[in-house]
Amino acid sequence: MIRLNQCDPAFKYEVAATPGGEGITTCFACAACSARCLVGELKPEYDPRRIIRLTLLGRREEVLSSPLIWLCSTCYSCAEVCPQQVRFTDVLTAIKNLAARAGYAPPSTRATARLLARQGRLLEVGEFENQKRSDLGLPQVEGAPEDFQRILGITPQAEPEEEA
Amino acid sequence: MRGLLFLGCTVPVRNLNYELSARKVAAALGLELVDDTALGCCGFPLKSADQAAALVIAARALARAARQELPLVALCSACAGTLAEAAHILDHHPEQRRAVEERLQPLGLSYRPGVEVRHFLRFILEQVGTEGLAAAMKRSLEGFRFAPHYGCHFLKPSEVTGGFDDPEDPGSLARLIRLTGAQAVDYATLKDCCGGGVLGADEELAARMAARKLLELNQMGVTALAVACPFCNVMYEGQQKTIAKRLETKLKVPVVYVTQILGLAMGYSPEELGLKLNRVKPKDLIKACKE
Repeated sequence: MIRLNQCDPAFKYEVAATPGGEGITTCFACAACSARCLVGELKPEYDPRRIIRLTLLGRREEVLSSPLIWLCSTCYSCAEVCPQQVRFTDVLTAIKNLAARAGYAPPSTRATARLLARQGRLLEVGEFENQKRSDLGLPQVEGAPEDFQRILGITPQAEPEEEA
Repeated sequence: MRGLLFLGCTVPVRNLNYELSARKVAAALGLELVDDTALGCCGFPLKSADQAAALVIAARALARAARQELPLVALCSACAGTLAEAAHILDHHPEQRRAVEERLQPLGLSYRPGVEVRHFLRFILEQVGTEGLAAAMKRSLEGFRFAPHYGCHFLKPSEVTGGFDDPEDPGSLARLIRLTGAQAVDYATLKDCCGGGVLGADEELAARMAARKLLELNQMGVTALAVACPFCNVMYEGQQKTIAKRLETKLKVPVVYVTQILGLAMGYSPEELGLKLNRVKPKDLIKACKE
């Protein structure tokens, strides 16, 4: 049972104020998003409309701590069929950003950030890779493009933030 | 026409056949792809945890393209989508743009609106057009059947890709395939997502997503599945064996890049287009194109 006095009515505004989350309050629960979601079809616990409803109800901790929010494949099918321009893919990105700030990001996201800060790309480019490239007549690629460390620092926002 | 080539993370390391064939196709069409060895990641992998940082990284690439006054041409659909979306955000949300500018300034870069971001296949369709492309074809691939896979970020969100093709009823890749004389088949799982975006979070789920298309095409029997994105390639080609094992079945669905099909029709040899590097090879096609 959901007790409304245990909900956080401000949560939806927090999501709406996060880039990408603006559309959350226009949802009228038609479930076109859920109907078109391949992830949801194969894994029924993942239901875009349900995530939206829980957010609108203010189930802050339940939404942010749910491992399900990390299953979106970002295919944008939901956004294409939404009659209300909710843009669920982007709403969920906003929610995931809030979850990351609250310390709920899966460890892999933190590892990704560290990797990008260090080498500017997901896959390492070393001598071996460049040799393979030049054998095929392809130009060299820089191993560690400049700027990434400065943009990201060592660990970008994936670290939990203290509650203000 | 020139474009700044955006290779991203995966293509220059794992998908050299895609890069080779794209470069050959560009050369045959008289398009110059300019290299910038310092372009790294597009920002996509950071988006879920920290979209502000992802936006700065995308803006960095956009700023480098602006400096050279070139459109940004990406081979990976996720890169193309992320960069185009970033440009869209920066052009429509002044507050986010100001925050990005502040973080770009210490790097000696500044964002200038108007940088065009194009997936390579869209770039050639728009710059050369179907007539020009048809004129570049030297070898007919008549009799071969390809299943186009549009994937997601090639066309979506349509708000960002701006009417180039209809994500609900796409036709651009089929058009490219038909220009070679080959058949572009229509099939039920045409619009399925490959599951690549879920691979890191839930491997089993990702495999089940990719399996739907592989099972259908395996039964239909096509020359190859034709992809335009390295992540789709990872799922359909790289994971094909694993998926077959998981389903306790046998799968044999050759996977090629659309650029390899175009390259063959333009008269390049399978070798020049890196077909040796394809793991599930379209043997009949390769044989037919070897003189």
